Amino acid sequence: MPEEASMASGQIAFFVDTTKCTNCRTCEISCKDFNNAAAGLRIRRVRTFEGGEFPKIFAYNISMSCNHCEDPICLKHCPTGAFSKRASDGIVVHDPGRCIGCRYCTWLCPYGAPQYDAREGRIRKCNFCVEELDRGRSPVCATACPMRAIEIGRLSDIASRPHATARIRSIPSPGLTMPACRYKVRAEAERA
Amino acid sequence: MRITLNRRLFLKLSGAAAGGIAAGEILGGPALDQVLSGKAARDGTQVFSIVCNNNCGGRCHLKAHIKDGKVIRISTDETPDSASMPQLRACLKGRATRNRLYHPDRLKYPMKRAGRRGEANFQRISWDDAVEVIAANLRRTLDRHGPASVYIQYGTGDCGAVSGVAAARRLMNLLGGYLGYYNSYSSACLRYTAPFVTGYRDTNSYQTLVQSKLIVLNGFNPAETVFETNSNYYLSQAREAGAKIIVIDPRYTETAATFADEWLPLRPTTDTALFLAMAHVIITGNLLDQGFLDRYCIGFDEDHMPSGVPAGESFRSYVLGLQDHLPKTPDWAAPITGIDANAIRNLAREYATTKPAQLLQGLGPQRHAHGEQSVRAGIVLACMTGNLGIPGGGWGGGEGGRSLGLGTGDLPAGPNPVRARIPVFLWTDAIVRGTEMTAEDGVQGGPLPSNIKFIFNLASNTLVNQHADVNRTIRILEDEKLVECIVVSDQFMTPSARFADVLLPADHSLERDDLGFPWSGEKYVVFGNKVVDPPSECRHEYWWFNRVAEKLGIGDKFSEGKAREDWLKQIVDRAKESNPAFPSWEELARTGLYREEPEAYVAFEKEIRDPAGHPFRTPSGKIEIFSKVLYDMNKPDITGVPKYIPAWEGPEDPLTKKYPLQCIGPHYKRRTHSVFDENAWMEEAEPQVMWISPQDAEARGIKDGTRVRVFNDRGALIIPARVTKRVRPGVVAIPQGAWYTPGKDGVCRRGCINVLTSQRPTPLAHGNAQHTILVEVQDAGGGQHG
Repeated sequence: MPEEASMASGQIAFFVDTTKCTNCRTCEISCKDFNNAAAGLRIRRVRTFEGGEFPKIFAYNISMSCNHCEDPICLKHCPTGAFSKRASDGIVVHDPGRCIGCRYCTWLCPYGAPQYDAREGRIRKCNFCVEELDRGRSPVCATACPMRAIEIGRLSDIASRPHATARIRSIPSPGLTMPACRYKVRAEAERA
Repeated sequence: MRITLNRRLFLKLSGAAAGGIAAGEILGGPALDQVLSGKAARDGTQVFSIVCNNNCGGRCHLKAHIKDGKVIRISTDETPDSASMPQLRACLKGRATRNRLYHPDRLKYPMKRAGRRGEANFQRISWDDAVEVIAANLRRTLDRHGPASVYIQYGTGDCGAVSGVAAARRLMNLLGGYLGYYNSYSSACLRYTAPFVTGYRDTNSYQTLVQSKLIVLNGFNPAETVFETNSNYYLSQAREAGAKIIVIDPRYTETAATFADEWLPLRPTTDTALFLAMAHVIITGNLLDQGFLDRYCIGFDEDHMPSGVPAGESFRSYVLGLQDHLPKTPDWAAPITGIDANAIRNLAREYATTKPAQLLQGLGPQRHAHGEQSVRAGIVLACMTGNLGIPGGGWGGGEGGRSLGLGTGDLPAGPNPVRARIPVFLWTDAIVRGTEMTAEDGVQGGPLPSNIKFIFNLASNTLVNQHADVNRTIRILEDEKLVECIVVSDQFMTPSARFADVLLPADHSLERDDLGFPWSGEKYVVFGNKVVDPPSECRHEYWWFNRVAEKLGIGDKFSEGKAREDWLKQIVDRAKESNPAFPSWEELARTGLYREEPEAYVAFEKEIRDPAGHPFRTPSGKIEIFSKVLYDMNKPDITGVPKYIPAWEGPEDPLTKKYPLQCIGPHYKRRTHSVFDENAWMEEAEPQVMWISPQDAEARGIKDGTRVRVFNDRGALIIPARVTKRVRPGVVAIPQGAWYTPGKDGVCRRGCINVLTSQRPTPLAHGNAQHTILVEVQDAGGGQHG
């Protein structure tokens, strides 16, 4: 339940320092490899944005998977209860065994986290590599990033880091679902 | 939890199924007692060190997770991650290894050509027949044309320790030799030219970046090229330590977007004009390190010229325009380079007054019409500011490229009895007019006794795809009277493989033991375990070269009774002899990695510290800003001091009226040259697209995603356009390495840039100027693309 897994009670979260991100996509591909995801499924995905006027331009990259929201809209509306939020760490887990592939969640999630796997007829999404986590290991993306830009920690700690934000230009407002995820972004990527 | 098993225990646990697997680890999951009872070995997943041996500067540590004889997952370095020994984390390509290893299009059987050459009409044959055909053709070629008619194609698809190319050289040297080459497709101008200035080429190590206050990256884009596993990590450390980073590049590269405080979008081929204008500002602003120039250099000013040279030939005189009455001011350079004159002034002042500063020139700027000049001009700037040979300062064609210093080697090839060598870029000329080529063409030890008649093309796409001017290359290769036999070994039906007479299925590095060494000069070796058997009839080249040698009656001499693994073990043994800390084969196989702490290596440190004891290895013993050797060649394009010479097919060429856009071919993060073009995950991460500016797109009615036709007099291709402000107007960028895929009209549908590039070599190095081309772009019809 969202209330039980709030910031105070040990919600685990990603911290992505996007100012270090070279847009190399290693997080995407290592995630794909770990999850055996076919082309078309991008469980973690780097979005690139550019702005400014030549020659004073800028670009920024946002590596994002499921944000394991504190108020997960996918969970609230899933007709089969395929989503659950773990009480211990707040990870939003999707159980493909209970999924009927109706795709409600793909329309609801503002971040495009749940994705439809046509091969399986089911939804796939980031489960925070819970298999790894439960063995005391970090999620694959965090151990893969050549820039060491992806970390995990308690949301309460991460949210208090300097420049930590969930408000990012061109990314939906965090007000909708309260993402349990924080990003460090360059000035141009800050949401007004 | 992490348990490391020794070889014997592992083999006991895993039984015969692990044949060929040298060592393993079991990570996570099963508890120790399960492992020891053998349950984990049966039910669990075994993890082995493997190596990513592609031709990027990285040499990353990968691990293969094996279950039921299949690679089910790839992971990376898990040794402790520290600032002094950062983990060797692999990039996206290494992480996509499974998609290549298990690709349905892997070649599986030996084949021989059934139709016309290049049609890709092949017929399956046995290995016995393949060996017979190769041996018979080789024997006939040697009898008719001699060993200098045999060419072992440049190729970098396998950077392992005992490669097919090394095996080919060994065989040919036992048979009388082969036609050798010098230069590379990567760094011809840099490697050929830098020794004229500093005696030999050297670079700092990446560990010095953190000592720099200013880092100028000129066409250097490690965020995509991965010039060394941790190059970007070190750049990020430097930035955190307070270094300012300026990127000079026609594109706002990933490196620029991530690291740059400032981006200067230079017109391709005009780097030297920019550097000369910087020199003008530094000279006229009294910002010179005159002491450095006087002590270490000749040729900067008229007071320090070699004898026998008329007055007015110094670098200073040229920059100030004392002879040609054309001072190389920022106002002169601005319309040439496309960079605002004030921005040039600021750059020059900042570079001259911020010390230490590193100027790193990537290899892209030297793959241009006068790539030799920008290399030389870059070194001069580092000298004018006293930055050479000091920590945090310096100049480099990227960084790395030094020898490993671990005493490791390769399969010994022996001496080549054929002394003639060609510049590698001129191999197509050596097919057509080899015997007529002279020193003017860069032939060394010539003349060539024969044209090229036989080609071994091993783990290489240079035969068609990566060489310039695909259409000319194909016309030459199609004529079976020119090259009489082409033997290709590859994992896929590449554009080059289609031109084989005998086509052999190569194994993958996960299907054999291997060793991986980095470019960087960092002291480490990655051990690659054989973790799966090769599919069908795939074989390593050493295996079939050995059989060809046997067929030719020199099997014993070729193999000395050794299998490929024995040669690998010998490399490790030799390394251990010269370095007692180096591990044994068994130890290396078990740990997967041997690594010594990297040092902050400063290029030319000893020459600067002690010039009397360590003179530069040039004719004068000093840094030769003016080279009398080059001056005495007396050619308009080869100059005593570095000069700006407008490029053919550059922005000042009248041909711009017909073909108004400059086209460059950057490296793409999703490929290593042409390797991984087959990989669906890579295509999803970064599809093959052409960058074009909004202005140039709008003028042609092109929108983002429009399929466009790009063409010049040499060829045409079709590619989706990406309309982006990240490329300067007047320039389009087509990532190099896409596989040439012609339609019936001969137009490439995949976007292989080499249908547009030219075989005209650079003036001094005879190197490839593949980034210097002019094109036009138009809507290809057929609407938007994906």
